[in-house]
Amino acid sequence: MSIDLQTVKKIASLSRISVTEDEAQAMVPELNNILGWVEQLGEVDVTGVEPMTAVIPNHLRLRDDVVTDGNIRDRVLANAPQAEHGFFAVPKVIE
Amino acid sequence: MTDLTNLTVAEIRDGFRAGDFSAREVAEGFNANVAAAKALNAFIVETPEKALEAADAADADRAAGMLKPLSGIPIGMKDLFCTEGTQTTAASHMLEGFVPTYESTVSGKLWAAGAGMLGKLNLDQFAMGSSNETSYFGNVISPWKRGDGDNAALAPGGSSGGSSSAISARLCPAATGTDTGGSIRQPASFVGISGIKPTYGRCSRWGVVAFASSLDQAGPMARTIRDNAIMLENMAGFDPKDATSLDLAVPQWEAGLSSNLAGKTIGIPKEYRVDGMPAEIEALWEKGIAFLKDAGADVVEVSLPHTKYALPTYYIIAPAEASSNLARYDGVRYGQRDLPDGAGLQDMYAATRAAGFGPEVKRRIMMGTYVLSAGFYDAYYTQAQKVRTLISRDFDRAFEKCDLLLTPTAPSAAFALGEKQADPLAMYLNDVFTVPASLAGLPAMSVPGGLDAQGLPLGLQIIGKALDEQSVLNAGLAIEERAGFTARPDKWW
Repeated sequence: MSIDLQTVKKIASLSRISVTEDEAQAMVPELNNILGWVEQLGEVDVTGVEPMTAVIPNHLRLRDDVVTDGNIRDRVLANAPQAEHGFFAVPKVIE
Repeated sequence: MTDLTNLTVAEIRDGFRAGDFSAREVAEGFNANVAAAKALNAFIVETPEKALEAADAADADRAAGMLKPLSGIPIGMKDLFCTEGTQTTAASHMLEGFVPTYESTVSGKLWAAGAGMLGKLNLDQFAMGSSNETSYFGNVISPWKRGDGDNAALAPGGSSGGSSSAISARLCPAATGTDTGGSIRQPASFVGISGIKPTYGRCSRWGVVAFASSLDQAGPMARTIRDNAIMLENMAGFDPKDATSLDLAVPQWEAGLSSNLAGKTIGIPKEYRVDGMPAEIEALWEKGIAFLKDAGADVVEVSLPHTKYALPTYYIIAPAEASSNLARYDGVRYGQRDLPDGAGLQDMYAATRAAGFGPEVKRRIMMGTYVLSAGFYDAYYTQAQKVRTLISRDFDRAFEKCDLLLTPTAPSAAFALGEKQADPLAMYLNDVFTVPASLAGLPAMSVPGGLDAQGLPLGLQIIGKALDEQSVLNAGLAIEERAGFTARPDKWW
């Protein structure tokens, strides 16, 4: 399958990355080239093979449901581009 | 007095303990080298005051008889590790100015062991790249030059290219690296140093800027195998803050070093003899086989039938995980924010990410978004995860016949900056030998094996069974002792 300009714009939108018309056009052959190459995986017979989800056998640990830190609001907000009244500030979301 | 910056980690440690010199003298020597090497662009941030502070603490500790494992050793820290109070950028514009209020587990362990920080080392942006040409803060330059008078600036490898360049140029005796598909081993190979990616889960990923979480693993880079063992002992260990961290004791790798390989069997994977591999790489591999035989090992040919599928598998799984991990950079909580006039929240996200990410990062996020999108998820992502199972199974079968694998680290010596940049696919192919072990989570290291006809370093890769870093280090030591690699770049910077 091949990616066209519309698909690139759709992926960019899903990725939350704005692209110019020129950038999108440049990405069409680039992404197609990479995708054409990865498509060779389709020839591998994977009948009965489980997808790998963990490389090293390891069980998921559970920890006690308690607060181990907290009261560090200023540290959490220290790198915020915009913080007001102890909150992260964003542009208006609802009209 | 000898130049202290030529000493290895072990030599600095032992000389400092013996009272031959002070930690401050060591730190001052490296600080001076760092300050004089701007042309290499290996550091994004220099922290000479932190190196001196740790050195003074080490000198005081020595006087009080309270030495720590890395007392007196200044190191470089890859700028992918969050360091409290020091800017951490992952070489991106997105995180420019980000000053963590916390310390990554690995860097915290190294400081607790007495090490000092010389600065934050440059890398490929978000660790995505094999040449250090994707950093927002400019390319890192290898200290090496081709011997034919060609003055081309060479790639130090990637993504840990600031680390490799700095160690090779004696700006630090050791540094941290991270390896997702070969980002410790390939740069080590390009500059003639050693580096080990331990078993996935040995080193905590907490506080390390994430790229592809099922692959990312921290490890050390240094000029000798012993130094790697020392560093790794002080980086590894269980961390309750990382759910994939292995709850196991850290072996005493340095004490366990032995280059006697009697009783060990080394597998040579026949599928690694790829078409078009330079004769010099082939010759190096043969030399490595001879070294290991000389050290007492038996050598057998083994088969890893799915090797050719490792790279395409990697370039589905890594971007898929990256697209998810990098969703956190949206201009709200940290990093850059680009807010066009009258923009809403969605516009702010899109503008911020367009301005903050470099081209390679955008390319991988978009690839990842595509392979995870509805309609393509099973065809690409699930298929890649299944092939990953087969690649891992290949290693399990090979390790029924042998204890370790020996391969070249990279298909070529260092290439010139700009040489492969135009074609992303050509760049990806540089990781052909390192990616399979990453997909399987196995410990693997690169050790210098010799020089090519142009006088550039070539590395040999040793891959071990899960959790068997000791055998990997020991085989590395056997090669190190026999290769007698002492070449170093002529100082031009």
